[in-house]
Amino acid sequence: MSARSLTLTSARRRRTDVVARWVLAVATVLALVPLVLVVYYVVNKGASAWNTQFFTKDPTGNSTGFGDEGGLKSAILGTIEIVAIASAIAIPIGIAVALWLTEYHRGGWLGNVVRYFIDVMTGVPAIVFGIFVYLLLVIGQPPASAYAGWKGAIALALLMLPIVARSAEVVLLLVPESLREAALALGAPRWKVIMRIVLPAALPGLLTGSLLAIARAAGETAPLLFTIAVTSGTTFDPGQRMNSLPTQIFNNLNSSSDPGLISRAWGGALVLLAMIFVLNIFARLVSRRSPAIR
Amino acid sequence: MNGIPRRSDQGEEALPETAAAERQQNSPWTPSSATPIAATRSRAGDSREAPSQGRAVVLADLNAYYGKAHAIKGVGLDYAANQVTAMIGPSGCGKSTLVRCINRMHEEIPGAYTTGSIMLDDQDIYGENVDVVAVRRAVGMVFQKPNPFPTMSIFDNVAAGLRLTGGRRGGKRENIKDRVERSLRGAGLWEEVKDRLSEPGIGLSGGQQQRLCIARTIAVEPEVILMDEPCSALDPIATLKVEELIDELKTRYTIVIVTHNMQQAARVADTTAFMLAGELVEVGPTERIFTKPSDSRTEDYVSGKFG
Amino acid sequence: MEAGVISRGGGSGIPKRSPRARLADPAFRWALTAMALGLVALIVYFFILLIVKAEPTLSHVGVLSFAFSNNWDFGGEIFKAWPLLVGTLVTSALALLIGVPIAIATALFISELCPRRMRIPLTVLVDLTAAVPSVVFGLWGFFFLAPKLQGTAQWIADRLSFIPIIGGGHAAGPSYFVAGLVLAIMILPIVSAISREVIATVPLDHKEAALALGATRWEMIRMAVLPYSRAGIAGASMLGLGRAIGEAIAVSYVIGGNATLIHHIVEQGDSLAATIARSFNEANANQRGALIACGLLLFVLTLVVNFVARYFVARSTRALRAPPAAEPVASGAV
Repeated sequence: MSARSLTLTSARRRRTDVVARWVLAVATVLALVPLVLVVYYVVNKGASAWNTQFFTKDPTGNSTGFGDEGGLKSAILGTIEIVAIASAIAIPIGIAVALWLTEYHRGGWLGNVVRYFIDVMTGVPAIVFGIFVYLLLVIGQPPASAYAGWKGAIALALLMLPIVARSAEVVLLLVPESLREAALALGAPRWKVIMRIVLPAALPGLLTGSLLAIARAAGETAPLLFTIAVTSGTTFDPGQRMNSLPTQIFNNLNSSSDPGLISRAWGGALVLLAMIFVLNIFARLVSRRSPAIR
Repeated sequence: MNGIPRRSDQGEEALPETAAAERQQNSPWTPSSATPIAATRSRAGDSREAPSQGRAVVLADLNAYYGKAHAIKGVGLDYAANQVTAMIGPSGCGKSTLVRCINRMHEEIPGAYTTGSIMLDDQDIYGENVDVVAVRRAVGMVFQKPNPFPTMSIFDNVAAGLRLTGGRRGGKRENIKDRVERSLRGAGLWEEVKDRLSEPGIGLSGGQQQRLCIARTIAVEPEVILMDEPCSALDPIATLKVEELIDELKTRYTIVIVTHNMQQAARVADTTAFMLAGELVEVGPTERIFTKPSDSRTEDYVSGKFG
Repeated sequence: MEAGVISRGGGSGIPKRSPRARLADPAFRWALTAMALGLVALIVYFFILLIVKAEPTLSHVGVLSFAFSNNWDFGGEIFKAWPLLVGTLVTSALALLIGVPIAIATALFISELCPRRMRIPLTVLVDLTAAVPSVVFGLWGFFFLAPKLQGTAQWIADRLSFIPIIGGGHAAGPSYFVAGLVLAIMILPIVSAISREVIATVPLDHKEAALALGATRWEMIRMAVLPYSRAGIAGASMLGLGRAIGEAIAVSYVIGGNATLIHHIVEQGDSLAATIARSFNEANANQRGALIACGLLLFVLTLVVNFVARYFVARSTRALRAPPAAEPVASGAV
């Protein structure tokens, strides 16, 4: 640090700096390469599989050249149904748990216990949730109703719950304490303060967290494998076996090297990827317009 | 306190509209639209004759704690009805904590609690079976930083108290509309905002926001209003307006104002109480506190030797 | 009287609420409490259920022998899962080795070096990688990455043949190596995101102090940023490890499905999660019991890893709560 010159740092130090900056920049580019490649391949291979039949017909199970191959209608609708049910379960409960943490148990051992268990839940592999719901709801049931769409939804909900709860907790903590105090000082009961003041103020953030959780759940295969079984027909009854995009892609790829099935797997992957990316981008747009929290 | 108009048992929906209307006609403080400041100045003198609604508050051996920290040490203090009492003292002396005890906001902080009693007329607000929520309806509070609800319009901010405390979404629309207008007039804000009631409350200037918060507080018709350094975030002009407002409000409410600004205490308060390190050092008529304090610590403080 | 309506009686200052209105608050609170504690109960029950259902296999094989003996013959119903456990550990370790340095570099570049207006787009792009479903990574890994890498993998294996396990062997398409690489791609975004959060907690005056001493950007990163966020970055890596250990679907495509103990990382293998995903639906009762035991092993493994991770992250964010800004570090530098 003895340099008196204003222009000269030692050449060696400057070189190290430049090299280090370049290494970090190149690593960042490298980190983005897989995304580009995946998107390129999925679009490239998937788009050619898209046609009217792809969206309007159920899979038939036929191999290439052995009759009508059908489309992926049941898988697309199934994914939407299952994720919708899972969201209806996980989002309210997740936000409720987050409220319990932020409004009633900020400190204290009980709050920390619950927080710890949410962390544990975040770490549980998706496939283990699949096994859990299988053990809880599928095994030992009469064969006709053993596998069902709603059971898959529960497995996904378990996966979503910690994501929703965690993100909601962060957002709720950002709601200024002064708003709660203002409402309490007006003589509002706690529950109304929460429902009418705290939740509306946190809404954009809650929406973002929930959308990201939905996007995460929509792409999950593992929790559905052992809970909704395999089927090809479209159904709107959550008590029935249900198809879904991830399981359909998984099975197409697993069961055959048939080019037609593979092509449809790519097509399905494109649908899934598009859905998830749209959800993600939408979630980020929502989070940017949050007037309440600054 | 015998002249207080008794209220109906039917809750706010049945609040005596006639009485309110009467008050508006009779009371000398009905704000004029054109020059609120000048108008109120001239009326400040006869404000004592207005039908009074404020209630006396009596603190006895009040102690407040944050966990183990003893923040308020055995304070006893009478707040006379329809008077402005200023709480002064250096930062951290407990004046804000004391005021937060009066509407039981203190206990909202995890680990905080109080002992002793605070009588609102003949009822101990720390008594058994007392409803905290109800206490806060009778004792309103205005905070240091203006805190209008960010998701709500100006109108909804004022109506918030009614809706948050009432049943069935707070009663009939017309009823609420009247009350909002009355409260905004009461806070001297009506003329400035009457054409943009549906705009967000956080779009107002700081001073207007604070008066909006005061309107929100008086909309629920409390009997005591606590103000925790209400002007510390405001510029001098906005401060002046709020001080004028306090002078008007005392015709209807008992007011306790925390301030670190001694000039402000001298301007608005009838009585001033000086606190130091959680203890009440001295209380008396404002003029005497600032001119002939009996305690040397008070004298040191008001003469600017510390704090 | 209507619920919620407050009325005032007589001259008393405190208004009264109906008993029903006063009940709403505790009721609301209890409902939330029920959900929060229900969640805890559910996880505990989950753990117990898993143990109970895995018990027949475990007591038949023996817990230690199940985890640490080398013989997995699924068809022949011999369940000693050491090869799978090693597969899981090897692929996850590879994922960390490849993914973490790039993730940290990305985090540093985004938070400390890149132009301000590039920050958000870059963040969004890196985070989008995390949004790609595992089944899509599997599909892509199987049809694109594995075949494309086979030649390269063989070349590396030949050059490094003097190192056991890492080098040597005949490169297959799907392999431990490809699985590790796919896992590296999958954990990169989360490691990067959490590292970014941790780096964001480095107090500005630490960084300015370094710059004021005449440090270059890189020296500032080394002097101020990295030491401060080391624990948090370690935690982020552990969370990534937890993810890698539990990933089933993508790995099941690109690891090959050969449950023998690893010889060379360029050859086919298998992992706990991948085996479960591949075999569960077609398994008989005994086999399912074994796979459930694998699930339990996986669960315990991730539990431990996440526990350590949270410890590190918590330690590093505690620093955030008590910022050492008042310490003489910053003032001494001026």
